[in-house]
Amino acid sequence: MAAVEAPDYASGPRWRDLNRIFQREGGFHKDDDEPYNPEAQREFIKNKGKILVIGAGGLGCEILKNLALSGFTDIHVIDMDTIDISNLNRQFLFRASDVGKPKASVAASFIMSRVPGVTITPHYGAIQDKDTSYYSQFTLIICGLDSVEARRWINATLFSMSDPNEPDTFVPLIDGGTEGFKGQSRIIIPGLSSCYECSLDMLTPQTAVPICTLASIPRQPAHCIEWASLLEWPRVFEDKKLDTDDPEHISWLYETALQRAREFNITGVTYQLTQGVVKNIIPAIASTNAIIAASCCNEALKLMTNMHNYIDNYMMYTGDEGVYTHTFQHEKKEGCPVCGEKKTTMMEVEAEWTLQELIDKLKEKPDVQLKRPTITKNGKGLFYQAPVQLFESTKANLEKKVNELMQSGDVIDVTDPGLPFSVSVEIIFK
Amino acid sequence: MLGILKRREQQAANKTEGTAKKTRATAAQLRAQRDISELSLPSTISLTFPDPDDILHFEATITPDDGYYKGGVFRFNVNVGPQYPHEPPKVKCTQKIYHPNIDLEGNVCLNILREDWKPVLSLHSVFIGLQLLFLEPNPGDPLNKEAAEDLRNHPSAFAKNVKNSMMGGYVKSVSFDNVLKN
Ligand SMILES: [Zn+2]
Repeated sequence: MAAVEAPDYASGPRWRDLNRIFQREGGFHKDDDEPYNPEAQREFIKNKGKILVIGAGGLGCEILKNLALSGFTDIHVIDMDTIDISNLNRQFLFRASDVGKPKASVAASFIMSRVPGVTITPHYGAIQDKDTSYYSQFTLIICGLDSVEARRWINATLFSMSDPNEPDTFVPLIDGGTEGFKGQSRIIIPGLSSCYECSLDMLTPQTAVPICTLASIPRQPAHCIEWASLLEWPRVFEDKKLDTDDPEHISWLYETALQRAREFNITGVTYQLTQGVVKNIIPAIASTNAIIAASCCNEALKLMTNMHNYIDNYMMYTGDEGVYTHTFQHEKKEGCPVCGEKKTTMMEVEAEWTLQELIDKLKEKPDVQLKRPTITKNGKGLFYQAPVQLFESTKANLEKKVNELMQSGDVIDVTDPGLPFSVSVEIIFK
Repeated sequence: MLGILKRREQQAANKTEGTAKKTRATAAQLRAQRDISELSLPSTISLTFPDPDDILHFEATITPDDGYYKGGVFRFNVNVGPQYPHEPPKVKCTQKIYHPNIDLEGNVCLNILREDWKPVLSLHSVFIGLQLLFLEPNPGDPLNKEAAEDLRNHPSAFAKNVKNSMMGGYVKSVSFDNVLKN
């Protein structure tokens, strides 16, 4: 590719509109303590702002395109996926010939070839591969992910590296998310706003169909598929783990579910539905992605300049009936394990409970969401799920009363396969 | 952006200084807790904790059920450092064994313990990697050059040497530890 000059904001038709907004001190610009300085704003976007986009999927493609067209010149993108043929309908930076290539690099070269003056640095890999020295190089991070776990991770990472005395460690996060016709964009500012972890209990928990329904009286095609994957697969294959990316596995589930559906006179089991149910695929709608990405990038522009107030701090979009949005201040949750001052969440327990009872109650706590928790106190094991020796040496604790193991006010550390970090829980006796 | 930076500084200044930190588990400890509590190891790999309250120092035992080293019991010391997972755990074989990728001092040459380590890997990957060294010793990346050459050029002689060494015998006038199962 030919070398191109960085865009010049002061002249050139390409940047005229943005330039106008910058130059006129008027309705757009945010009334901050700082006197408005168009030069500083321009300089910031042009030479200082460095944005990381996490995810180069449906949202990521839109975000990258918008950022490049909004005048940002130094953009990085990280994504661990390669392009699948099913992405092509909405991830418009990819072509059929790109199938199998990393999303991050294909997206980066596409945008660079279309928008002169922009440098996009791709990174093909998991966000967890990078440490805080990588993330602290950015002025802003925009997240367009569909994974709760990855968002919890980046959120916790940005908060953990943020040191009030070191301006370089401070990186705001704009998080976009879509689900069918619904979506949200929000601004998370370490040290100031609420965080992703604070809002975890706003997520709608997966509505699980009771196993007995699956086993005895399926009513819907999805029930037959769940039956095939949750009950039949483990029964038939015992030790073999189901791989939802393996077409042979999906085919087996499909055939099995289809047969069951016939027995119960249920129609509608298809290969696609099978894939959708077991991979928990929520239909992606291109326009929802476009709307949410637009909001994320507008906020990026507002946040990086003083041109206008950025949202405070959560915009909810509902597209089911028209185009409805609602912006509100999502509040910090006290004792949030990530942004709370004490970084511990509290839990009231009966001193007479056994440790097992405490664990059962802990699993139900909507703000932590656990599967198989392991618990320590000051580094000493109270209960380990594995390995064998630690499980054996701690399992007797499950029958012990809570007040034999800890005092009111003690803090326990909990890890879990579903948690990207550990959670500290302060135990208070009722 | 400039505005937020300022607001944040004020906020930090307003906070009461020096919130005393209690003695709490370290980041490495918590990550190790997470790693080991999620392990599902094959029966050929087991862990022993001399002090069950210290999960950063322990012993891993590999008993290969196939390949040249079948029948042996191989022990490693595992040390998880304070920078874990940003640096790999330190792993050392505690026996003197004849192996292309393990030298006579017990140092181990395994890519994920060196240049290919990533924080996203876990202790699980380390144990599986160690086991693989015994199932498929790798002559291309040697720490014990003689063993590697034997494996590459004279596989049957290599197999014999492995047998001898595992019984506590000599290979080319070097004595090895008996690692056979009792
Ligand atoms: Zn929070």
